[in-house]
Amino acid sequence: MTTPADPGPGRTVPSTQPAPQTVTDRPPGAGSDTAAGTLRPARPRWRETLGLLARNPTALIAALVVLGMIVVALLDEQLAPEGPNEIDVGARLQPPSPDHPFGTDDLGRDVFSRVILGAAVSLRVGLIAVSISLVVGTLIGLLAGFYGKWVDDVLMRLMDMLFAFPAVLLAISIVAILGPGLTNTTIAIGIVYIPIFARVTRSSVLGVREEVYVRAARSVGSSDVRLLARHVLPNAAPPIIVQTSVSLAFAVLSEAALSFLGLGTQPPDPSWGLMLSEGRGYIELAWWIAVFPGLAIFLLVLSFNLLGDGLRDVLDPRQRTAMSGGRQ
Amino acid sequence: MSDDVLVSARGLQVHFPVRGSGLLRRTTGAVRAVDGVDLDIRRGETLGLVGESGCGKSTLGNALLRLVEPTGGSVTFDGTDVTGLSARGLRDLRRRAGMVFQDPFASLDPRRTVAQTVAEPLEVHGLRSGKRERAARVGELLELVGLDPAVAGRYPHEFSGGQRQRVGIARALAGEPDFLVCDEAIASLDVSVQAQVLNLLRRLQRRLGLTYLFISHDLSAVRYLSDRIAVMYLGRVVEVGPAAAVGGDPQMPYTQALLSAVPLAKPAEERARERIVLTGDVPSPAAVPSGCRFRTRCPYVFEPCDRVDPALQPAGAAGQVAACHLHGVVGTPVAQEQDAAAPSRRP
Repeated sequence: MTTPADPGPGRTVPSTQPAPQTVTDRPPGAGSDTAAGTLRPARPRWRETLGLLARNPTALIAALVVLGMIVVALLDEQLAPEGPNEIDVGARLQPPSPDHPFGTDDLGRDVFSRVILGAAVSLRVGLIAVSISLVVGTLIGLLAGFYGKWVDDVLMRLMDMLFAFPAVLLAISIVAILGPGLTNTTIAIGIVYIPIFARVTRSSVLGVREEVYVRAARSVGSSDVRLLARHVLPNAAPPIIVQTSVSLAFAVLSEAALSFLGLGTQPPDPSWGLMLSEGRGYIELAWWIAVFPGLAIFLLVLSFNLLGDGLRDVLDPRQRTAMSGGRQ
Repeated sequence: MSDDVLVSARGLQVHFPVRGSGLLRRTTGAVRAVDGVDLDIRRGETLGLVGESGCGKSTLGNALLRLVEPTGGSVTFDGTDVTGLSARGLRDLRRRAGMVFQDPFASLDPRRTVAQTVAEPLEVHGLRSGKRERAARVGELLELVGLDPAVAGRYPHEFSGGQRQRVGIARALAGEPDFLVCDEAIASLDVSVQAQVLNLLRRLQRRLGLTYLFISHDLSAVRYLSDRIAVMYLGRVVEVGPAAAVGGDPQMPYTQALLSAVPLAKPAEERARERIVLTGDVPSPAAVPSGCRFRTRCPYVFEPCDRVDPALQPAGAAGQVAACHLHGVVGTPVAQEQDAAAPSRRP
């Protein structure tokens, strides 16, 4: 809306009178920018992503720690030198030694073995709980962001209601309703984190749905389901992926907190949070009972957080284009 | 107009509501992006649609394909009323009528390969069964637009602007459409590439018998490609006719001003000619002037202009129609019956 009959922003009107017909049949790549000129196999995006991740040492170490913990959790019985509930009254409250690297607790149980077996509990709770909130929250966010209007209003107000409660308080209430136990704790944590995923997804979708390529896909007749699954979700995914890794850390912490309060894992089963809770009574007498599971929580949560930060950097499209030379 | 009309708009309106900031977000007005457009596009022709930024060209193109919902009037595609289509009918429309978008960097999904993008219409409409046939068809389409089929597995960011636009054209052609809306399809390309894409569009039209609505603010490109030209101003088509007539002997004052803004490539003539420079800004489409919408900037404004909305009527010797009081009632006071006829502009 500038001068009348503006031929375009900063553009002179080109003379497009009879241009030779032959130019249309030029070979592709001729006179174009570098990338498309030579034929090389398309590099899959996940490989590009891994390559970028490898250049980020913090994230790489964090990824290795998480991977290591998963391996430990999978091999728990094989790795643990003793059964987690093997009571040895003769060896109570022993400090760390070659026999018991993390010492023993008040019942003479090997803390090292219990930490290893606790990894499975913490990771399982974290993964399952985050899966619940990821699936439900992302679906709600997709629908709210894509359809907008009353769908958005109804869904997001529901999410606000969940969000209004402090996370741990809400989890405690849900566990109180469902009854204590590991499964119910997992479900409760899953519910608590749904609104976060819904919000993150919605805000990402709000940007993506206005993209021309979404309109272009619609212009060739794609259905809404197809638009959402093939175009909107993949392009809205990066912040959701990052949120997933951050939420994994929070879920592990929440499990520890709920077990600490006696609502999650029930004794004598080992869980990091529960061990922390049980060990606190002996902290002056035998610090190792509480410190080692605490360290395990600290390491896992820190790794998830650093991995999340690294993924955020790697999945930032500006980083990506900077690596591959920009648009043109 | 001609019997063989493929796409036809009658009194087409697209109004976007303007909402207040209050709690209830009540509608307080409307942006009249497209405001009563009558337009016929004949089978096999290229209709150029020109006008300045914000005049509703793109909205009109989108409304013809129902990518934007019209708020009034009707659109007919090959005899079928598009505005009342079922979901299934709408999908079929979108196979038969495609769109080429302005920005080839924005119109291709960055996370999908060229093959996936071009194959999408094939999948949606079930046009080729089996992976192999689909891949073969994608190769054909890429070749048709002048790309090497071997690039099918690449991602959009590996291509130049012109190549991306070719991918966009291949996608639009995948459903074997009759009609393409080219919405500023060359505007964001380099000048040298613009000519290539224009020629590609022209060659495809001959080969596939396509009908184009070529939306552009580039008057030279429009004159090069179009059989007929329609001029839009503030949501309304104000002049339509054969390209030579509208481009050579414009009848509507707005078209005259628009054309006089195009520089000539001959310096002597360029210096000698007189430019018509319009004063003032385009009125907001949320507050369209009464009567003729061009009257606030028209150099020839006279008595009926602020009261009577002019209809398209034959103007000039070359067969175009223009919405201007200068044609029909020149110099004479407005007759009472014309006033009455104004609200229903079409018979």
